Amino acid sequence: MSTIQPKIDEPVSDELALVQAAKGGDVGAFEELVRRYDRNVFRIAQHITQNREDAEDVVQDAFLKAYSNLHQFQGQSKFYTWLVRIAVNEALMRLRRRRPERMVSLDEEVKTEEDSLPREVADWSPNPEQQYNQAELREILTRTIQGLPASFRTVFVLRDVEGLSTEETAEALDLSIPAVKSRLLRARLQLRERLSRFFQRRENGKEKPESSKEKPETGDTNQ
Amino acid sequence: MKCADFLSELTNYLDGVIDARTKAELEDHLAWCHNCYVVCDTTKKTIEIYRDSQLYELPEDLRTRLRTAIVSKCHARKKAGPERV
Repeated sequence: MSTIQPKIDEPVSDELALVQAAKGGDVGAFEELVRRYDRNVFRIAQHITQNREDAEDVVQDAFLKAYSNLHQFQGQSKFYTWLVRIAVNEALMRLRRRRPERMVSLDEEVKTEEDSLPREVADWSPNPEQQYNQAELREILTRTIQGLPASFRTVFVLRDVEGLSTEETAEALDLSIPAVKSRLLRARLQLRERLSRFFQRRENGKEKPESSKEKPETGDTNQ
Repeated sequence: MKCADFLSELTNYLDGVIDARTKAELEDHLAWCHNCYVVCDTTKKTIEIYRDSQLYELPEDLRTRLRTAIVSKCHARKKAGPERV
């Protein structure tokens, strides 16, 4: 079985020059950095906050905070990793504000019932995503990932959706490398388990699994 | 190798960050353990589906609006000088 191929390209070499120019007051150079990463920041923010308006605010606030604090960026990490760290903190702040009744932390050890060995081991259809139309698939994927605790969701999104390395994810989230790996494994297994309800091979290929009619799961149910 | 041992190495295996010897042991396990093969294969598919899903894409009009707002605030902060930042 082959391994997962990383998606993200290496940063373009002029990035440090852009950061230097922006530090020197060149807003045009900073705008170029916004163009490069605004889509990533928006995705990450919406995955964490699960709210479109919050995600829009996070994009603005994270870039403005980055701009104001550019002098603190020493270039020891990639600009993108530094920016993601700012964006994740902004997003978590908004999530906490919206859900004050829940404690949202990336540090806590989340205990969930699904941490044991996988229970659902039925094989999937050869092209599971083709069993559903685009809107249905989007709905399934969205509500499935929203059901993960915030700490798992964030690690999964940074590593597997945005393509950050384990080290970069650890740096962006201020977690140890073993903590990132442990959360990533559990996030991947829990998503797999939940998606299996929708994607498993059926005797009658045209019939959709009954569980696709289930109500959406709510986020952070396990915290 | 037990299934639990396999699972604990699953992330490293899928990310291709294990030594050749461990990899060979894992693949030996995969060759006879159908359950682990399915878990491994469907976990890989899970990652690929999410990676290719394009959930939460930023619409171009919103993108322009946000960028314009950011740039205009950057200009304002620049004018105000570092002491106001």
